[in-house]
Amino acid sequence: MSLSIDKTHPTILMKGICKRFPGVVANQEIDLRILKGEIHSLLGENGAGKTTLMNLLSGVYQPDAGEIFVNGKRVSFRSPRDALDHGIGMIHQHFQLVDNFTVAENIVLGMPGPVRFDAAAIEKTVSELSNRYGLSIDSRARIWELSVGEQQRVEILRMLYRNVDVLIMDEPTAVLSPQEIERLFIIMRRIRDEGRSIIFITHKLEEVLEVSDYITVLRRGKVMSTVRPEKLKGKDGAVSRELARMMVGREVILEVGKDPCNTKGRLLGVEKLSVRGDRGELAVKEISFSVKVGEIFAILGVAGNGQRELVEALTGLRPIESGRVLLEDDDMGAGLERVAYIPEDRNRRGCVLDMPLVENFALTQRRQFTRGPFMRWKDIAREVRRSVADFNIAAAGIDMKARQLSGGNLQKLILARAFSQKPFLLIAEQPTRGLDIGATEDIWKAILRQREKGGILLISGDLKEVLSLADNILVIFRGQVMDIISCEDEEKIGDVGLLMAGVRRKQ
Amino acid sequence: MRVRLKRRLRPLTWAGHLFVPASIIAALALGALLFGVVGINPARAYLEMLIGGFGSFYNFSETLVRATPLILCGLSVGLASKMLIWNIGAEGQLVMGGIAGSGVALFGSAYIPSALLIPAILIAGFVGGAVWALIPAFLKARLKVNEIITSLMLNYVAILYLEHLYFGPWRDPAGRGFPGTAMFPDGAWLTRFFGTRIHLGLILGLAAAVLIWFLLSYTRWGYEISVIGANLQAALYARMNITHNILWVMAISGGLAGLAGICETAGIHYRLQQGLAVGNGYLGIIVAWLGRLQPGAIVIISILLGGLMVGGDQVQIALHVPSSISLALQGAILFCVLAGQVFREYEWVIETEKV
Repeated sequence: MSLSIDKTHPTILMKGICKRFPGVVANQEIDLRILKGEIHSLLGENGAGKTTLMNLLSGVYQPDAGEIFVNGKRVSFRSPRDALDHGIGMIHQHFQLVDNFTVAENIVLGMPGPVRFDAAAIEKTVSELSNRYGLSIDSRARIWELSVGEQQRVEILRMLYRNVDVLIMDEPTAVLSPQEIERLFIIMRRIRDEGRSIIFITHKLEEVLEVSDYITVLRRGKVMSTVRPEKLKGKDGAVSRELARMMVGREVILEVGKDPCNTKGRLLGVEKLSVRGDRGELAVKEISFSVKVGEIFAILGVAGNGQRELVEALTGLRPIESGRVLLEDDDMGAGLERVAYIPEDRNRRGCVLDMPLVENFALTQRRQFTRGPFMRWKDIAREVRRSVADFNIAAAGIDMKARQLSGGNLQKLILARAFSQKPFLLIAEQPTRGLDIGATEDIWKAILRQREKGGILLISGDLKEVLSLADNILVIFRGQVMDIISCEDEEKIGDVGLLMAGVRRKQ
Repeated sequence: MRVRLKRRLRPLTWAGHLFVPASIIAALALGALLFGVVGINPARAYLEMLIGGFGSFYNFSETLVRATPLILCGLSVGLASKMLIWNIGAEGQLVMGGIAGSGVALFGSAYIPSALLIPAILIAGFVGGAVWALIPAFLKARLKVNEIITSLMLNYVAILYLEHLYFGPWRDPAGRGFPGTAMFPDGAWLTRFFGTRIHLGLILGLAAAVLIWFLLSYTRWGYEISVIGANLQAALYARMNITHNILWVMAISGGLAGLAGICETAGIHYRLQQGLAVGNGYLGIIVAWLGRLQPGAIVIISILLGGLMVGGDQVQIALHVPSSISLALQGAILFCVLAGQVFREYEWVIETEKV
């Protein structure tokens, strides 16, 4: 069988795609071409806009501007089913399977067709597909009996059963073991060789180089570039510095007016800390570092390398497996009240979207603002009004709901709340993710001002942010320390991108 | 061109609230259809209903009597729901409150000074419901057992235990085989007002509504309850003690339902008998959510629903319709009002396709 692969007319063409959410521009003027029979990787940090873009392509959202063409025809999807009818299917990070149903039942679920459920016929087709692509799935098994990897293959099977031409996979490797990833890549190649296209969303560099035909790098909602992987591989096949740089941003340091730091005593000491992740694996492996008074200490790494688990352990939200965390040479716990924490997920952890600003401000401050059993709402309101003025927060009034603030203004409020705790230590996790330049600079300046008053632990995947702010940088990869670098060591700073990708330069 | 629902980004305007009367009109239209089918003039039926529920002082007093357990159960479910705990067990807690309070009324009146008898009965009712609610609360807090299942299943346990008591050990020996306990002594009867059947329970319900409103609006504990319910992740981030809160909130929630139970027994029936578990605990769920978990609204919704039920009985008697018609009408009204709630969160947008 010969396949005529038409390289001139792309299967999918997205032109000038824009999508805004209240306060955040998720996609800006994005152009994307997907050819028939290619594996096209979308690479970018969390929050770069990859998933939003694919939700637009698969009909989950509608774009605010821009056009989508399928096989040269302009389309507009109202729903995922619309997209499926045009041969575009997406496998989401959270599988959409019914645990108590069999594989076959899940596969036909939601499909238009006869009311009668012809189990035998469906099972036959499913088995054929399963064999053809090497999925080895028993169509009569129930979903809860299957491993995560197998469930993912059921999702793939479901898309193949619907005969999609374009299969979108949102971070499919995030839940898999290395062996399962290898197996997934074999399946992906087999699907591609049949002339179907796969869009592979990930933020892991090595994987992209291994499996893609084309790579599109997104950063802060924009396309940075589209390249072939051969151009990015070094001579020894390792990740190139360039790719890492494209993803995390160019090393142009914004002038935020930073003076050299003036460190005093140790504030936070972390000794051989190990922490387990959600699936019981060791996410943080024997990490040691210390943060001094008056410095900004950054933990830099591509998302998913143990940063989240590390922060949760430091803030008492996750148990420690082994090692010690010392605050001002006292064992942690007693001092937690003096640690302010700006969480990465400001919408879900950092605030309550449906509550007014005043009540959000009280979240971490409620003990300071209590008289007997009563809340001193008037005093809190005064504090919020002062913060709104000091931090230049664009809010119509303090009775507004947090949901009604833009992302940048909400983050400023969270920052103001953290500062009003008068913290000795501020832990800031991805403080500017998804924010526009203006808000980013405001927040950077505020963090720098806070440096005088205590120590700051900054967790970020954004190289620009880290290089603009940090005095010392710990590069983390797969839960381990790659290196700890001073911001003045220019030679080593040049290698930070490589370190983030897990590559140590040979001496 | 097509029309679709879109999440509201701005708060409701004045005109936006028109969905409330609109959904009631829709409900009445649906009900009219229902009456039409059985050959009754809908206008007359509605008039009878209005008179039955609110037409005279006596009729209105009966509405308030009917609303009393609804207020307490609505507050019970509403408080738990505020923390996003699904207390489906108000029915069972109501029954256990009734049993505990009745126990004091039947067997304690000889030992308790008369001035303290009513308070003792009410406290026993509250504690009975609270203890029953603490079973699912403890299972949830300690073992992460889903409270929907456990609180629901405990309803059947409570109801069967109630039946066991009045058919068996607590049955009135002088009752000639009638299933029920002996009549409570006079001192255990809740005070009634204005020569109607309105009793102390209504006052307790209104007081509870004020207290819960105050708790949620002005205290730190109330604030924590709201945060835990609105966003558990944020509550953990703010270091709130979830276990502690689950236990206390469920205890109060169960206590309020238990109070509803003992107020029905000591305020209306004066004995433990059939007719205690008539679904007030389940109606409390509807009342709580229709009132959007706000104590004041829960009181108003309870009174309206009470009027609907008393008025429905009136229609049944006056127009000789089967009782199922009145129940179907209640269903139609609830259905439309609940469906109309969509417009609180969503709005219609008309989209014109660009060509």
